[in-house]
Amino acid sequence: MATKTKATLDRRAVINKILEKRGDALVVTGLGSSCYDVGAAGDHANNFYLWGGMGAAAMMGLGLALAQPTRQVLVITGDGEMLMGLGALATIGTQGPRNLSIIVIDNELYSETGMQPTHTARGVDLAAMAKAAQFPRSATITTDAQLKSWVPQLYAPAGAAFVAIKVNAARYPMAIRLRDGAHIKNRFREALLGNAAFD
Amino acid sequence: MKPQKKPATWPNDIYEVLKQVGIKQVAYVPDAGHTQLINSCNADREMKVISLTTEEEGVAMLAGAWLGGQRGVMLLQSSGVGNCINLLSIMNECRFPLLMLVTMRGEWGEFNPWQLAMGQGTPPALQHAGVVVQRVDRAEEVREHVFAAAQLTFNTSRPVALLISQRIIGFKDWSK
Ligand SMILES: Cc1ncc(C[n+]2csc(CCOP(=O)(O)OP(=O)(O)O)c2C)c(N)n1
Ligand SMILES: [Mg+2]
Repeated sequence: MATKTKATLDRRAVINKILEKRGDALVVTGLGSSCYDVGAAGDHANNFYLWGGMGAAAMMGLGLALAQPTRQVLVITGDGEMLMGLGALATIGTQGPRNLSIIVIDNELYSETGMQPTHTARGVDLAAMAKAAQFPRSATITTDAQLKSWVPQLYAPAGAAFVAIKVNAARYPMAIRLRDGAHIKNRFREALLGNAAFD
Repeated sequence: MKPQKKPATWPNDIYEVLKQVGIKQVAYVPDAGHTQLINSCNADREMKVISLTTEEEGVAMLAGAWLGGQRGVMLLQSSGVGNCINLLSIMNECRFPLLMLVTMRGEWGEFNPWQLAMGQGTPPALQHAGVVVQRVDRAEEVREHVFAAAQLTFNTSRPVALLISQRIIGFKDWSK
């Protein structure tokens, strides 16, 4: 089993640092803590919050990125959520969208369900899997300095990017109450497509 | 000797309807029944064809496509319906359209007993997951069924599965 160094980054600080620079990017979250963190960083009509559908986030990002090739798409999700849909790495890697970044907030835990370890705690290397699935850019981030240099890359339409950001086990209260799926979808589409959303 | 079959025309009917209704993303896990259609879509520069590792990826991806303003379709066989169930909850909670064209196995002259479970289970499983289930049994009716299913899903934002009968697709003659 791989040796572990204790993660120091804080999940909400990480997400704030990334979303500060969002510009006109489109954001999809995975369920659980990532959804709450993105909401806490500031609600936005072009956030799509998954409150369920575990394993769906990365592929939802792919469909959106293919439909909106001129907009950067960020998927922000948890390690457990990503592990449930690992095939998506192969599908995305072979599609090769230029404008999709997958960001895994990797606390090595299923924190939502009682802090059980995930396979990343047992040495599974998601960034290496993404690389093997032909993501042109992938990395594991453990420090602030690395994060700082990666943030602009996450917004660069330079080929699919994958980052696993190792964060500590801190949990935060749910800061977002918006959870009606039809509303989240309609709001997102209206902000992106205008009246055509209801054509 | 087994009788020789003429090449089917219904797969091209589907292709023409997909063009007519503006389908831009075509997601599939291959089924022999969809071979011809997959080839037509692959040859079309205006369609993005996405080969999936599992059908549930297609459910999520086509929700993303719709978020971004594009229409898509998923091509799958009845076994693949079983792989989609939990993610179909997204379609219901958010009222996403979803067009699934399901080639049926395990129902008409099937030779492989392992296909029976999902072949027989497909209609009720989809219904329980909140999907509108339609079915076409005759090759010459495929075109209008696909068109009608597309109208229903994209105009009402409800997931629709059109089951294409194994009788249309034909079956391996396993008789001695
Ligand atoms: C199909 C399915 N299985 C199990 C669950 C229960 N569940 C909800 S959140 C979650 C853990 C998510 O873990 P992760 O993505 O790592 O999120 P975080 O650690 O950031 O909370 C699980 C297992 C679920 N919602 N859906
Ligand atoms: Mg986790």
